[in-house]
Amino acid sequence: MADGATIEDSQVRLPPRPRRPVWYRRQSFDLLVFALLGAGLVWIAVHGAQSMGYRWQWFRVQRYLWRIVDGEIIWGPLIQGLVVTLQISAIAMAIALALGLVVGLMRLSGGIMAGIVSTAYVEVVRNTPILVQMLIFYFIIAQILGINRFWSGVLCLALYQGAFASEIVRAGILSVRKGQWEAARSLGLGRLDTYRDVVLPQAVPLMLPPLAGVLVNLVKHSSIVSVIAIFDLTTQGRTIVSDTFLAFEIWLTVAALYLVVTLTLSGFVAWLERRVATG
Amino acid sequence: MTAAPMITMTGVNKWFGRFHVLKDIDLAVAAGERIVICGPSGSGKSTLIRCINRLEEHDEGRIVIDGIELDEDTRNIAAIRREVGMVFQQFNLFPHLTVLENCVLAQRRARGTPRKEAEARAMHYLERVRIPEQAGKYPARLSGGQQQRVAIARSLCMEPKVMLFDEPTSALDPEMIKEVLDVMIDLAGTGMTMIVVTHEMGFARQVADRMVFMDQGRIVEAASPADFFAAPKSDRASLFLSRILTH
Repeated sequence: MADGATIEDSQVRLPPRPRRPVWYRRQSFDLLVFALLGAGLVWIAVHGAQSMGYRWQWFRVQRYLWRIVDGEIIWGPLIQGLVVTLQISAIAMAIALALGLVVGLMRLSGGIMAGIVSTAYVEVVRNTPILVQMLIFYFIIAQILGINRFWSGVLCLALYQGAFASEIVRAGILSVRKGQWEAARSLGLGRLDTYRDVVLPQAVPLMLPPLAGVLVNLVKHSSIVSVIAIFDLTTQGRTIVSDTFLAFEIWLTVAALYLVVTLTLSGFVAWLERRVATG
Repeated sequence: MTAAPMITMTGVNKWFGRFHVLKDIDLAVAAGERIVICGPSGSGKSTLIRCINRLEEHDEGRIVIDGIELDEDTRNIAAIRREVGMVFQQFNLFPHLTVLENCVLAQRRARGTPRKEAEARAMHYLERVRIPEQAGKYPARLSGGQQQRVAIARSLCMEPKVMLFDEPTSALDPEMIKEVLDVMIDLAGTGMTMIVVTHEMGFARQVADRMVFMDQGRIVEAASPADFFAAPKSDRASLFLSRILTH
């Protein structure tokens, strides 16, 4: 500091100001808007249902979930459908992740054939509707390969989500710094060792959050198998509604069941993410 | 030079697209020789040494290392990478592995060394670079100077015949440069063949058998440090020296 420019601390005491208010006072306007919006939505729902003259019959829903006969639980069609949805989703997930890894690596390999094949796959799958893909798969490809409707559904879903997974794998691998590759190569590590021991351990934690999105999408899109008459959760819901006309109760229950599965899945991936980050 | 040279480069040319990075490079390095390469940035120094372990591919000319020709044959490339160690400006340690694991990984995978033996060798070299006590830590917990010393140990674990250094102290805070240079001086004392790209002229004067000055992709001058620093033959070298030696 220049000569003579220093100041005594005590000469420049600022006058006091009131303490910063607590969070709900600072956010009071937001809270008010939120409460008003919520109240409005509830009013619309209740008023709408009343003016439609809809008679809620929640008590009829339970027997489509489970019944107890002679002290034994018998699972209802909704739970049976949920099990089929889980089976399809689980198998398709495993295939989609493997496919995503392989195709992602193919796109990065620099080989001309691998590049063309994998790019064509990703672009075709991402740029056509999954509903159309499902129908093509069931009515054409399944006939040629001689597979049943369950596996048509599984493979179509895996192929669809695998394309998205491969883009995530590619981006994750590209985000590993070039110097890591060079260090591995300079130490004489082969391509496979470099991927397994150096690149993937750094790339996978980055891939996990977007991959969770792909897996959740896969569960949701699995409802599309209802168009090829697989008795999954959605198909069961539709059957029950057409038998009972409990449209509101059944569809809300079906949505809740999907929500349980997808939120559990997101929670699991979030846990995995934390584990990978710390260990 | 009596014995066959460790590294021979003859008529090496390389282009990045249209940019001619290396122009007619001829360089022979004897076993145990220590060469310091200097020159303005963009003169091709890094590219030159990166061609020696094929992180870059040369487009024309021949490179032979310890009798092995560097060509498209991937077996030769693997063999050369086992013989040639490299230390980078940015350290490039593996951040997800501990210091010890950094030193063990390539021994196990590329050489098939049993774990016990690999760990013993890793500790030996970590002691050589004076940080055995950091073996269990992750690289992010170490200072830049410590990280670079680990990187040197990691390379030495492969027991290379040649060590390449690509501006090993350029990314370091000033107070950490000495600890890395000391380790390199130590290494020079063991008879290791070394090619060092650096602007540390004090180090060069002390360690180099030969100075190589590059500019615009060419080797402009190669001379003993005494001659090079006292009386550089080319105008470009004397201009370069005047710029980096006077502050």
